[in-house]
Amino acid sequence: MRRLLLQTLVVLLALVPAALIVIDLFRGNLSANPIEDVTHRTGDWTLYLLLATLAVTPLRRLTGRGALVRFRRTLGLLAFTYACLHFLTYAVLDQGLFLQGDALGYLGDDIAKRPYITVGFTAFLLLLPLAITSTKGWVRRLGGARWNALHRMVYVVGALGVLHYLWLAKGERPRPVYFAVALIILLGTRVVAARRTPRAATAAAA
Amino acid sequence: MLILRPPDIRSSEITPEAWFWNRRQFLGAAAGAMAAAAIPSVPRALLASASSDETPTPYDDITSYNNFYEFGLDKRDPSRNAHTLRPRPWTVMVEGEVHKPKTYDVDELIRRYPAAERIYRLRCVEAWSMVIPWTGFELNRLLKDVEPTSQAKYVAFQTLHDPEQMPGQRRGVLPWPYVEGLRLDEALHPLTILVTGLYGKPLPNQNGAPLRLAVPWKYGFKSIKSIVRIRLMRDQPPTTWNLSAPSEYGFYSNVNPAVDHPRWSQRRERRIGELLRRPTLAFNGYADQVAHLYAGMDLKVNY
Repeated sequence: MRRLLLQTLVVLLALVPAALIVIDLFRGNLSANPIEDVTHRTGDWTLYLLLATLAVTPLRRLTGRGALVRFRRTLGLLAFTYACLHFLTYAVLDQGLFLQGDALGYLGDDIAKRPYITVGFTAFLLLLPLAITSTKGWVRRLGGARWNALHRMVYVVGALGVLHYLWLAKGERPRPVYFAVALIILLGTRVVAARRTPRAATAAAA
Repeated sequence: MLILRPPDIRSSEITPEAWFWNRRQFLGAAAGAMAAAAIPSVPRALLASASSDETPTPYDDITSYNNFYEFGLDKRDPSRNAHTLRPRPWTVMVEGEVHKPKTYDVDELIRRYPAAERIYRLRCVEAWSMVIPWTGFELNRLLKDVEPTSQAKYVAFQTLHDPEQMPGQRRGVLPWPYVEGLRLDEALHPLTILVTGLYGKPLPNQNGAPLRLAVPWKYGFKSIKSIVRIRLMRDQPPTTWNLSAPSEYGFYSNVNPAVDHPRWSQRRERRIGELLRRPTLAFNGYADQVAHLYAGMDLKVNY
């Protein structure tokens, strides 16, 4: 019961940024280019939640509280939710997909030609199988070892996501650098843990 | 009388812009005849078509959505932070390859060259655009008064460098001060103006007070803000964004839908206030007036 309450609280908290975007939109608090604001804010929160997902395992090791693992899937799915909002904002509102006849061509061109978009779109595609196989049923079907191996892809997603932002901002802004540092620390703890206890770390990873 | 416009009116049925302008040209010519050619140096046809007839972007949008890294990187930072800029007293040095170098007080410039309104499209390299009612005067009038030497081929511009007034200059995101440049023929073109006002009011700090450039056929970053120095030169001057990322920003930076920026497609743009993107026009729609300046040049190389 307490666990369910905590899970619900995490979900509600994580949806606050999305609610704030909607409120700001209707109250006219966004900039003169609101689509740009929505794109940036949903992108930021995708990365915050991805990093939060990646922080669960190190935090579990640090505190010895194994039960924390239950938040991993919740946070991962919330990151996926923001990734969907981010991608849809870009594809539909920014590029005009479904709204303008020739948008698909422009969208494809953008994804193919601009490295930061190529990388971001790849990260989004790689998140899809992880979201789909996040259920208990899929863990059973795949078997623990294979499921773990598949879900280690989240490291790649995190790296591509941060690269996407770094490449877009091109050293002009500090925030993507903070994201990169946080990601390096979070992935670094896994390397350290794997070196100390190779077998246990492999089992606990992902 | 009730005027109904068929909902499926095709753009080809709308009066071509050139014909529309012809009407103004006629009115302009009539006015010009009465004024006995008060401005002899400027081709009348160019003046007549200088202003856009598009709906101007609201004042609040123009003054709250700015790229002016001297006051922060966020679009809304300049409107929040630019109050530290002191646009008076303000002097502008005009020097270099000129016979009559001079340091002007900005109010002297404003008195000397009466301001006129120019409604220009502004196309940012980030693929958004606005329609802006600037007030200002043609740069060529100032340049002619200082008498460029026969050696002058380029004009270099420099923004104020004072981290006290421009706190963004404490961060090394760009090499400060911001510098820009034009070829002399671009600088002398009647579309190139020095701006002192917006919507008939004094230019707000976040838009580059007290004096900025507006070169409507080039990406917005060429229209340098808060100018303190104008230098005529023999050689092509350095420009800030070109120094910062030469593969992304060239010296010319003419609006060109055929040449993409590595991070932004330049084929379309979002007009601020509109949802759907519209096609970007060559030279930002000013091709008739300026394309001849680049005859014979490969604009894919000279981007």
